[in-house]
Amino acid sequence: MDEQRPVKIKVRGLSKVFGKQPNKALELRDQGLKRSDILEKTGQTLGLSNISFDVYEGELLVIMGLSGSGKSTLIRCLNRLIDTTEGEIVIDGENIPTLGEKALLECRRRHFSMVFQNFALFPHRTVRQNAEFGLEIRGIDKTERQKIAHSALKQVGLEGWENAYPNQLSGGMQQRVGLARALANDASVLLMDEAFSALDPLIRKDMQQELLQLQTKMQKTTVFITHDLDEALNIGDRIVLLKDGEVVQIGTPEEILTQPANDYVRRFIEGVDRARILTAASAMRPLRTTARESDGPRTALHRMREHAIDSIYVADRDRRLLGLLEADAANVAIKEGAEKITGHLTQDFRKVSPEEPLQNLFAMFSEKSFPIAVVDEEQRLLGVVVKGAVLDELARAGEQ
Amino acid sequence: MDIPRIPLGSWIEGGLTWLTSEYSVVTRGISRFTQTGINSLNDGLMWLPEWALLAIIALICWKLAGPRLAIGAAAGLALIWNLGLWNPMIETLTLVVIATLVAVVIAMPVGIAAALSERLYRVIMPLLDFMQTMPAFVYLIPAIPFFGIGSVSAIFATVIFSMPPAIRFTTLGIRQVPVELIEAADAYGATRSQKLFKVQLPLSLPTVMAGINQTIMLALSMVVIAAMIGADGLGSEVWRAIQRLRPGDGFEAGIAVVILAMLLDRLTQSLRRSSK
Repeated sequence: MDEQRPVKIKVRGLSKVFGKQPNKALELRDQGLKRSDILEKTGQTLGLSNISFDVYEGELLVIMGLSGSGKSTLIRCLNRLIDTTEGEIVIDGENIPTLGEKALLECRRRHFSMVFQNFALFPHRTVRQNAEFGLEIRGIDKTERQKIAHSALKQVGLEGWENAYPNQLSGGMQQRVGLARALANDASVLLMDEAFSALDPLIRKDMQQELLQLQTKMQKTTVFITHDLDEALNIGDRIVLLKDGEVVQIGTPEEILTQPANDYVRRFIEGVDRARILTAASAMRPLRTTARESDGPRTALHRMREHAIDSIYVADRDRRLLGLLEADAANVAIKEGAEKITGHLTQDFRKVSPEEPLQNLFAMFSEKSFPIAVVDEEQRLLGVVVKGAVLDELARAGEQ
Repeated sequence: MDIPRIPLGSWIEGGLTWLTSEYSVVTRGISRFTQTGINSLNDGLMWLPEWALLAIIALICWKLAGPRLAIGAAAGLALIWNLGLWNPMIETLTLVVIATLVAVVIAMPVGIAAALSERLYRVIMPLLDFMQTMPAFVYLIPAIPFFGIGSVSAIFATVIFSMPPAIRFTTLGIRQVPVELIEAADAYGATRSQKLFKVQLPLSLPTVMAGINQTIMLALSMVVIAAMIGADGLGSEVWRAIQRLRPGDGFEAGIAVVILAMLLDRLTQSLRRSSK
């Protein structure tokens, strides 16, 4: 991106050695030894080696790497939950590694909010008290911080849950509390340590989307750690790719995809292509609603109206697909006085397995263009694919 | 070959004699102060008519643990009253309460310090092992030159004997607080004391309460043994029954101890549950 943008955090020559003789390890590194050799020779683990990058004001920077790449260490060096061995981390003119104890506390309070992989909510505090935590630590008075916590909780869609305890919430909601705690604190940088990795895939997508929306509104400088390239490409303004404690490539998602720096990155991207572009499963979306075989025509119509759709898939108790009910057919059923919809279903739609190649799906959209049903071997309804999703996925594949 | 016997015993005696003579002012002071505390608590509890105290205790049980414990407590206390063991029971209760208070007041800061400092932890843990495994009677012997015969010596020995679990559980509770929560507190810039009071202590409270429960139980058992050095209470009833070979009296006093123990145990356990 634009190199002229103001820099929020400047990281230069950052290294971290785990062990008691860090200098020895760094010496060997400077002689060109690899991480594994250093470990063998000295028993010291070179966690991070000579990392340099900038975080621009207002951007969402993703630090991405597989496990053991040092990404968690790196984010903890930024707010010095882990002490660094050498190098500079400068935020607004302050060099974090050299701060005294008091200045460090002050710096953490002013500059950093953090969201954790396993939420790290305080189980003895209510949702609101959790959201208030950062403000409470900073000594902000009670009415003021309750007001801020309330609006932060509202922002993440948890209004009305203020007095619940974390263990009463689902994983996704817990992480919303984690996010609210960070937002309420209003520090200048948001650190997110694998924040969505513990959530299941659908909720994860939702949270990514919401984070992006929040981001367009607030433009908060964010450092986001993930091991998932898909996630990195989805949300990152720029991506720092780490491997074995070193930076492999820094660039926008576009640059990473089109100009991979080396074979490692290339292999990585290929993996993504194969996984996300080729099959029906990748374009599949969960059904917002289905009708049950026991439903009457009025119930079915009601469901259609609720979700603004004009046909609805009907499944039995085990979610096995029975057929499709169109709004017209439901209408007919009501006029005939039918109590059940099972007699009015049509089989005039397409169904595929999740492994079906996307190219084939494209041809299947008939004139009426019902969503294509995706079913498993036992005819259980997994989700649907709409034309737009196929086009989108194919377009992305074409770009690469 | 004749290896001379190490005079461990006389060293210890020498040390104790020195301590008693050098610090007699201090020990006398403590003794007088504690005795006053014991007397006023005793007098206060005995000033209340039996039925009133019984009702108050039953009410507390009701509030904290529900009707079942309240009924049990009322029945048990009524039995003690009926057996004519009310005053010894009050004396024992007083000793337990004071000993536990002193033990907890010492144990909490020590336990917290041991949880936060690895070095202190390594010093304190063997010391606790020593305190707990040393036969309880042994503490009674030096207590007498320090504080004279009677309840104060009993409390001294009881505190030493019953304190270890309170320290241990406090340390354990704080160490059990998940690392990620400590990390979260650090990340938001919490100071050490903010971390302690807002995160570590509240989260370790159930464990700390379990330790206090253990301390109370040990204190009760020790207070009974302490009758040997002239502590008043149910213990001295048992002691007298032994000397006169009257099993009936012995069991009556013993049952009163059991009732008191169960009552204190259930009460503190319900406190522990409510702190979760």
